Amino acid sequence: MPLDQSFVGRTYPPTAPYQVGREKIREFATAIGATDPAHHDPEAARAMGHPDVVAPPTFPVVITMAASRQLIEDPALGIDYSRVVHGDQRFAYSRPVVAGDELVCVNTVEDITSRGGHEFLTTRTDVSTTAGESVVAVWSKLVVRGEA
Amino acid sequence: MELPTQTFRVTRADLIRYAGASGDFNPIHWNDRFATTVGLPGVIAHGMFTMAFVGRAVTTWAGSPDAVVDFGVRFTRPVVVPDDDSGTEIVVTAVVREVTEAGLTRLDVTATCLGEKVLSQARATVRTTG
Repeated sequence: MPLDQSFVGRTYPPTAPYQVGREKIREFATAIGATDPAHHDPEAARAMGHPDVVAPPTFPVVITMAASRQLIEDPALGIDYSRVVHGDQRFAYSRPVVAGDELVCVNTVEDITSRGGHEFLTTRTDVSTTAGESVVAVWSKLVVRGEA
Repeated sequence: MELPTQTFRVTRADLIRYAGASGDFNPIHWNDRFATTVGLPGVIAHGMFTMAFVGRAVTTWAGSPDAVVDFGVRFTRPVVVPDDDSGTEIVVTAVVREVTEAGLTRLDVTATCLGEKVLSQARATVRTTG
């Protein structure tokens, strides 16, 4: 079933706030082998001018991937997730994510195209604090592979 | 200008750890039986794990963990991670494409595994002053 083109431009309601924990940043940094003290030691992060430990650049995917369930589980949009592969990913940061942030995601469907029997869904997720400060804009392109 | 090459080793144990830390439990990243039924040669690394290694390379080149302003990649080829103790290796190189007057450096990044490019259009912008 093709994706519903009328979803292009649609914005979903904000997700519930995600509380960025110091231990989650440490866990993520450890998993990717990022040993810089600013990811682990609040004093090192404060010395760089941050309120608490700094997340590595791709950390926001932890939050946006959970937030994308809004689209993936929307039966009206019609994504067959078993056929999805990750196409593109981009982050544009206003500032790094830091422990203590309370972040809300707003998902927008930017583009739906079809080529070579596959469908391409581009989403933008605007991640901001509950106080309204923009933190990072995240683009993902998902490829829904056609039936072989 | 070409930046120093950085290499990152990834094993099955690393994939399990990344799955837990990221919340991405797609079985193609830990279950050979499942991966082969969907047409893959075997378990593959999360694309976002490869991107995280590139992020490490970029912050290392920039000299600061908070320097990345913009970072994007296209995933073009899966990174197959064999079920052994040594896993596989991702090699990351970059060239400086532009240094702006605003103190931003734009990098074109290349990531390969076993000599094949696994990303395309991999670009990062980092703050290099202040």
